[in-house]
Amino acid sequence: MKKIAVIGNADSVKGFRAVGLDVFTADDKETAEKLIKSLADNDFSIIYITERLFSLCANEIQKFDEKKEVAVIPIPGTFGNNGIGMSNVSRSVEKAVGSDILSND
Amino acid sequence: MAVMNVNPTRMELSRLKKRLVTATRGHKLLKDKRDELMRQFLNIVKENKQLRREVEQKIVQANSHFVLAGSVMQHEVVGSALLAPKQEVSLEVEYKNVMSVEVPKYITKTKTSDPADIYSYGLAYTYSDLDDAVYQLADLLPELLHLAECEKSAQLMASEIEKTRRRVNALEHVMIPQLQETIKMITMKLDESERSSQTRLMKVKDMMVEKQIMENRARDGLVDA
Repeated sequence: MKKIAVIGNADSVKGFRAVGLDVFTADDKETAEKLIKSLADNDFSIIYITERLFSLCANEIQKFDEKKEVAVIPIPGTFGNNGIGMSNVSRSVEKAVGSDILSND
Repeated sequence: MAVMNVNPTRMELSRLKKRLVTATRGHKLLKDKRDELMRQFLNIVKENKQLRREVEQKIVQANSHFVLAGSVMQHEVVGSALLAPKQEVSLEVEYKNVMSVEVPKYITKTKTSDPADIYSYGLAYTYSDLDDAVYQLADLLPELLHLAECEKSAQLMASEIEKTRRRVNALEHVMIPQLQETIKMITMKLDESERSSQTRLMKVKDMMVEKQIMENRARDGLVDA
């Protein structure tokens, strides 16, 4: 049995508690990195994280890029959408194809 | 292209020829794998982008509802309303094999199946904005899962494509030319040594024939010995 986690600042994640996901609050890089590590070891298969924290912990998160067990997915938080999620997708395309051929659509 | 450092022998030649056959076959297979992976990858990525746009938009919407709810209700009231969730989501992960890449497939089970039964608070003391926000998030959950599935698949496939592409290139531009050159080099050396032994044999034969002729003439008394 696997679980789904949401990491972010308190305001961004409180709604996800109501829909039944496991919510963890973090405001700075260190807490978030520690959380990601411990969650990955504790049967959490999907970790949604706010874009702000995602960009702060990019190095830590990259370690999970090639692991099929844990998916770390950026979502917009209360600070709004800063396009990290999309650029993350473009990064995959760049890695696979060599350049971002789908940047227009 | 550098020629491999091997002895120009027949044994080495047949060994290299076998390797060349394997390398060519491997190259063809890997190339097919790369093409098919790429095709599927592009489909997934297109879907991924579409999904992400929708999900991001909806989350931003839900968040704005939360902000509205927070502005008319006390912070503590919102907090306590959402404190004890009714809904629980558990996740099953299955893996699907796409061209040797294991991509995840998420199946969720929710504790309460009734979509109206997700509100963890009485409706009397909360504003409808909170209901909207929670409803939107609950509504979003399947898409959010699908997004995770797509995005993880895209990541995994991207790294597999990268690996496969390197292998194809290494075979195409290093392995196969090197083997071909080495085979050519060995063939030429072997041919050369064969020619040289042939001429040596011809020369020896000539000498023997000449000697025989001389002996015959001497025996027949044609030449004064």
